[in-house]
Amino acid sequence: MLRLKHAFVTGVAALALALGQSAIAQDKSIVVASTTSTVDSGLFGHLLPLFKSKTGIDVRVVSQGTGQALDTGRRGDADVVFVHAKSQEEKFVADGFGVKRFAVMYNDFVLIGPKSDPAKVNSSKDIAAALVKIKNAGAPFISRGDKSGTHSAELRLWKIAGVDIAKDKGPWYRDIGQGMGAALNTASASNAYVLADRGTWLSFKNRGDLVISVEGDNRLFNQYGVMLVNPAKHAHVKKDLGQAFIDWLVSPEGQKAIADYKVNGEQLFFPNATVPGA
Amino acid sequence: MRSPESDLPLQFERIRHEAGNRLILDIGSLAIVNGPPTAIVGPNGAGKTTLLRIGMGLAAPTGGRVTWGGRENIPPSRRAFLFQRPVMLMRSAAGNVEYALAAARTPRSGRKQRVAELLALVGLSGFEDRPARRLSGGEQQRLALARALARDPEILFLDEPTASLDPAAAKSVEDVLRAVAGSGVKILISTHDLGTARRLAGDVVLLHRGRVIEHSPSGTFFSEPKTEEARRFQAGDLLL
Amino acid sequence: MFSSAFELLFTGDPGLYRIIGLSLYVSLTATLIAALIGLPLGAFLALKEFRGRGAVIVLVNALMGMPPVVVGLAVFLLLSRSGPLGSLGILFTPRAMIIAQAILITPIIAALARQTIADLWLQYRDELAAMNVSTADGVATLLWDGRFSLLTALLAGFGRASAEVGAVIIVGGNIDGFTRTMTTAIALETSKGDLPLAIGLGTVLLLIVIAINALAWFIRRTGERMAGVA
Repeated sequence: MLRLKHAFVTGVAALALALGQSAIAQDKSIVVASTTSTVDSGLFGHLLPLFKSKTGIDVRVVSQGTGQALDTGRRGDADVVFVHAKSQEEKFVADGFGVKRFAVMYNDFVLIGPKSDPAKVNSSKDIAAALVKIKNAGAPFISRGDKSGTHSAELRLWKIAGVDIAKDKGPWYRDIGQGMGAALNTASASNAYVLADRGTWLSFKNRGDLVISVEGDNRLFNQYGVMLVNPAKHAHVKKDLGQAFIDWLVSPEGQKAIADYKVNGEQLFFPNATVPGA
Repeated sequence: MRSPESDLPLQFERIRHEAGNRLILDIGSLAIVNGPPTAIVGPNGAGKTTLLRIGMGLAAPTGGRVTWGGRENIPPSRRAFLFQRPVMLMRSAAGNVEYALAAARTPRSGRKQRVAELLALVGLSGFEDRPARRLSGGEQQRLALARALARDPEILFLDEPTASLDPAAAKSVEDVLRAVAGSGVKILISTHDLGTARRLAGDVVLLHRGRVIEHSPSGTFFSEPKTEEARRFQAGDLLL
Repeated sequence: MFSSAFELLFTGDPGLYRIIGLSLYVSLTATLIAALIGLPLGAFLALKEFRGRGAVIVLVNALMGMPPVVVGLAVFLLLSRSGPLGSLGILFTPRAMIIAQAILITPIIAALARQTIADLWLQYRDELAAMNVSTADGVATLLWDGRFSLLTALLAGFGRASAEVGAVIIVGGNIDGFTRTMTTAIALETSKGDLPLAIGLGTVLLLIVIAINALAWFIRRTGERMAGVA
């Protein structure tokens, strides 16, 4: 009977040891809270190995959507935040949660819609007019509804189109509260319109009957920015490693790596770190 | 590790035991002394099982007291109990006996030997590795007996040990008990089968409705019972 | 449709094996921890009478159905740098996932263990008392003799852990190569629209879980035969 107690104690000790081990492996790594498009499009899959082989730093990306990523930064659960909502990023820095905002790259949003085009907007170059037509036709429209950069852009575009979406929405407007992939899946399944970033769309594999309905309007411009979480607010932030990542992203080498990323021969993101006011 | 003192005589003093609202036992004084087996007989519901459990120390009487060798409240290290429907541990036959030896704090070195001896004593040699729960009713009873004897008891309590056994199995159990009694263990056995009592017991206690009706040596009880109830019980009448 | 995942499996794709390895590591470790807490807890509830025991049992039974996302959220708030245990720095690591899953399945193991041990205690109580067995040894005996049913309880816990995605995705962050498990990978591939790969991964997960259950069933059958239970 004594042997049972011995086994128990040995087991617990072994377990404690095993759980304790993983702490040691954390050395050269940072946590980046990012929007989903950089992950889902495969950009990070392309960039991070290059960064690691240059610096030996492991970048751990938690892909969450802009609103949640900024919140993760506020809580101090990430070292770097990489999102695409300029006004929210500037507020993040102004509120003292971020050190400085760096522009990194841009792509554009596209309006995705069914081939059957119930609202008759395909091939248009005017996003505002298209949105008005969709509302008037009551054509099904999927909104991400998750405080992401894409969601913010969508709301901004409704406003530009002169539509008070909060008031004017009807059953045709479906707010799903999920990420880009889920939104595209839903749009594909219900033959609806949805605003997407080009990068995620190009790497999305479940298109069904969806095509690009509207593109090229400069109001669809989508800028990405990166910020170091402020060590003054959260002392544990790995500021040197984090800054190394940011520095690399905006360096000529990093910018070239971004430009080199292509899906089916098409470039997804356009580096613009050196463009003033980006 | 065992104190040199004896658990005998086992003395029941003014035991009044109630359960729920019923009076199960009402015994003025009953002494179980060293010697040949004592049989507790009586109809079902007489309180035999309860009396045995209290004598073993499994239950405390709600009134009165029990003493073992003059001492109260001592652990059952010199006593063993064979239940009417014994429960086998989920181990082999040898495993069950070894468990009992370990529980009785027998030194480790002689255990394997002792297991073999005990199994041989109850006629279960060769059953060592059999899963205990796979044994027949009679075999399980004998294994439970081996477990009880593993405690090297001074007093061995048996609650209706042959009640659910066929005659052959019952005989083999009785033979073992006779041998055990012969080696100096005091046996206290409850039974509603007068034949068992007649064959094994040195003295008989007749229990009816929780009261001791008669306590006599075997010879007297069976040939010249002192009480009317004893006479009627032996004649096969239903005591009400 | 399944070809892409099976291709990865059979060509020994390290990424896939890392995901499978992490899933098993997290869920098995969580099950072990939950067993170390849940089995004694179940034994305690089965054997020790105290005021309010009935209420505690009802509570433990109810917690068996805790939604994984709720556990995930609670653990996230605890382990976040802004939370009480933030200084441990284990959010978005496998350790956080193990903790969340262990919390999730401890009630299952405790509740099932309690039932098993209580039933066995009813049978064994008299015999153990008659053999003057100490409380500690008695508990050990109940745990050992009840080992087959307790193994089933552990399996139930493991099953719940390996199947859930809500807790591990919140506290783990689904980080590629670090905290991505089979279930979170399936969620990700689904949201990327790569349904064939997601289905393939799902099938692999199912096969692994079936294999583990089959192994446990086999162990149980053999053991039961040897102990004469069935």
